[in-house]
Amino acid sequence: MIRLENISKAFGDFAALKGINLDIKDGEFVALLGPSGSGKTTLLRIIAGLAFADEGRIWFNETDVSDQKVADRNVGFVFQHYALFKHMSIADNVGFGLSVRPRKTRPAKDVIRARAEELLDLVQLGRLGKRFPSQLSGGQRQRVALARALAVEPQLLLLDEPFGALDAKVRKELRRWLRQLHEQMGLTSIFVTHDQEEALELADRVVVMDHGVIEQLGQPDEIYMNPASSFVSGFVGDNNSLPVVVQDGQVRFQDRVLSLPIIAEGSGPARLDFRPHDVALSMAEAGGDAAGSLPLTVNGVYRRGGDWRVEGTMPGETRVLEIDLPAIEPAPAVGSQLGLTIRHARLFPVA
Amino acid sequence: MSTQSQNRLSGGQIALIGLCLAFLLAFLFLPLVAVFVEALEKGWEAYGAALVEPDAISAIKLTLLVAAISVPVNIVFGIAASWAIAKFDFKGKSFLITLIDLPFSVSPVVAGLIFVLLFGAQGWLGPWLRENDIQVIFAVPGIVLATIFITFPFVARELIPLMMEQGKDDEEAALSLGASGFQTFWHVTLPNIRFGLLYGVLLCNARAMGEFGAVSVVSGHLRGLTNTMPLHVEILYNEYNFVAAFAVASLLAGLALLTLVFKSLIEWKYGYSHGSAGH
Repeated sequence: MIRLENISKAFGDFAALKGINLDIKDGEFVALLGPSGSGKTTLLRIIAGLAFADEGRIWFNETDVSDQKVADRNVGFVFQHYALFKHMSIADNVGFGLSVRPRKTRPAKDVIRARAEELLDLVQLGRLGKRFPSQLSGGQRQRVALARALAVEPQLLLLDEPFGALDAKVRKELRRWLRQLHEQMGLTSIFVTHDQEEALELADRVVVMDHGVIEQLGQPDEIYMNPASSFVSGFVGDNNSLPVVVQDGQVRFQDRVLSLPIIAEGSGPARLDFRPHDVALSMAEAGGDAAGSLPLTVNGVYRRGGDWRVEGTMPGETRVLEIDLPAIEPAPAVGSQLGLTIRHARLFPVA
Repeated sequence: MSTQSQNRLSGGQIALIGLCLAFLLAFLFLPLVAVFVEALEKGWEAYGAALVEPDAISAIKLTLLVAAISVPVNIVFGIAASWAIAKFDFKGKSFLITLIDLPFSVSPVVAGLIFVLLFGAQGWLGPWLRENDIQVIFAVPGIVLATIFITFPFVARELIPLMMEQGKDDEEAALSLGASGFQTFWHVTLPNIRFGLLYGVLLCNARAMGEFGAVSVVSGHLRGLTNTMPLHVEILYNEYNFVAAFAVASLLAGLALLTLVFKSLIEWKYGYSHGSAGH
């Protein structure tokens, strides 16, 4: 188990991490998700021992590793830009971690070579051991980097934006493959990403970070369906956000009272967040202006898989809302008026 | 269409290229040829005699000695400085970079005078040196010191941009795989910078052997003792011994040509070109 206790880190005046607490169970696959500057990479580097926290402790099982250097922590680290050693063959890259061991614990040369071959087989690059990094594609290089990290049998695998430098198709393939590999090996793994889709697809648990704090921690579905803050609902998945006022259990947008499937508590200004697919068309005969529904003027429509993605604005507003309508129906005409009913939404009071 | 315009040169382009070639011919090629022509004016025998004359031999030996000390010192310094500058953040970093450039911006004569001021008989450390019977100025140690000072930007200047561009990922990868600091340096950092380093060493060596100004101030021009090749050339020239002067000068010119050949070989063989950092 990995335990982070109250980790803080500042770079000059900039507080990169503010009191992070996090427990990671053995065998878990955890995503650190956040925009750039959220502190996710700093946190990963501190877990690895490539950077050190100003405050707080890190525990690997019963051992306090806070002051241990990266070489002593027995972690595997995979870099966004692979960081393969350009002048070494692929097999030498993979065997590097074993070949730099002290003489006493260093395996014989042919053992190292055999182990490298074995790992290259595991990452499906069995025949490429004699090549050099420059002769490989990006996806292949990242798999070599992974094999190299696994060669030292780490107790923890850390990946810093591992698919960030790859094109979309390769990224998707590699993602699925990494998920399989994780299930096969059961190695505790933490990866950093700014891509919410990647986090939701791969991770057992997602840690959403912003401005050096954990905004939410939970299973992917939980994060998506019940975001804990307006930041999370905006960052994870597509989202619409309306400034509303809560009063006497009613939610008002401008001078319109909205009918919502949620109970509005408290009072004062708030943000109403809902996802594009969380709306339905109001009855057409109501002229798009039924009580409690939102009027929307269609500005543009395009296909998004099985849905129409409709972009529109409300009367007297410049804010663009995105909604999804099933593509079984014909696409709404540009310029037409729709009446929308919000079926699922969250309210976040504005401080 | 576009390939045609690329292939066919306009009158202006031809004029510019011609101007460049004429300039190179007048200021680089002709002087170089002149050195060898003058050196061989009285035949190969006179040329050979000028080179095996004891004072010349001693100047050549001293030049080699100075280079043999100052180049390795600057390799160590250059790698250490660029490592620190490229891979770490610390206070006073930009000041250090400015300091490294100092020998480029200071006149070599001033550099020489600095050492006279420090180590000369009337200098700050003069009395102490005299008491301990150590002679720096007008002796070999002074020449070595001045040469180290003049040449120390070459390796560092070559490596800093290269190492900055390469970043820390490779080193961190090695460390995370359990390598020690030295193993990381030896197996990862050094191979990554080898061509840049070689290039810097060539330049450093060429300058170490060819430096005149600073060395001239601290040397004292004692024949057979503290004359390096460039100083020897000057003395011979002032004595109207042109053949001998140009014979020794031709050795220096030959060294320069050799450096260029090596540099081109590195660039051609490994695709390393100055400024493009090894890709």
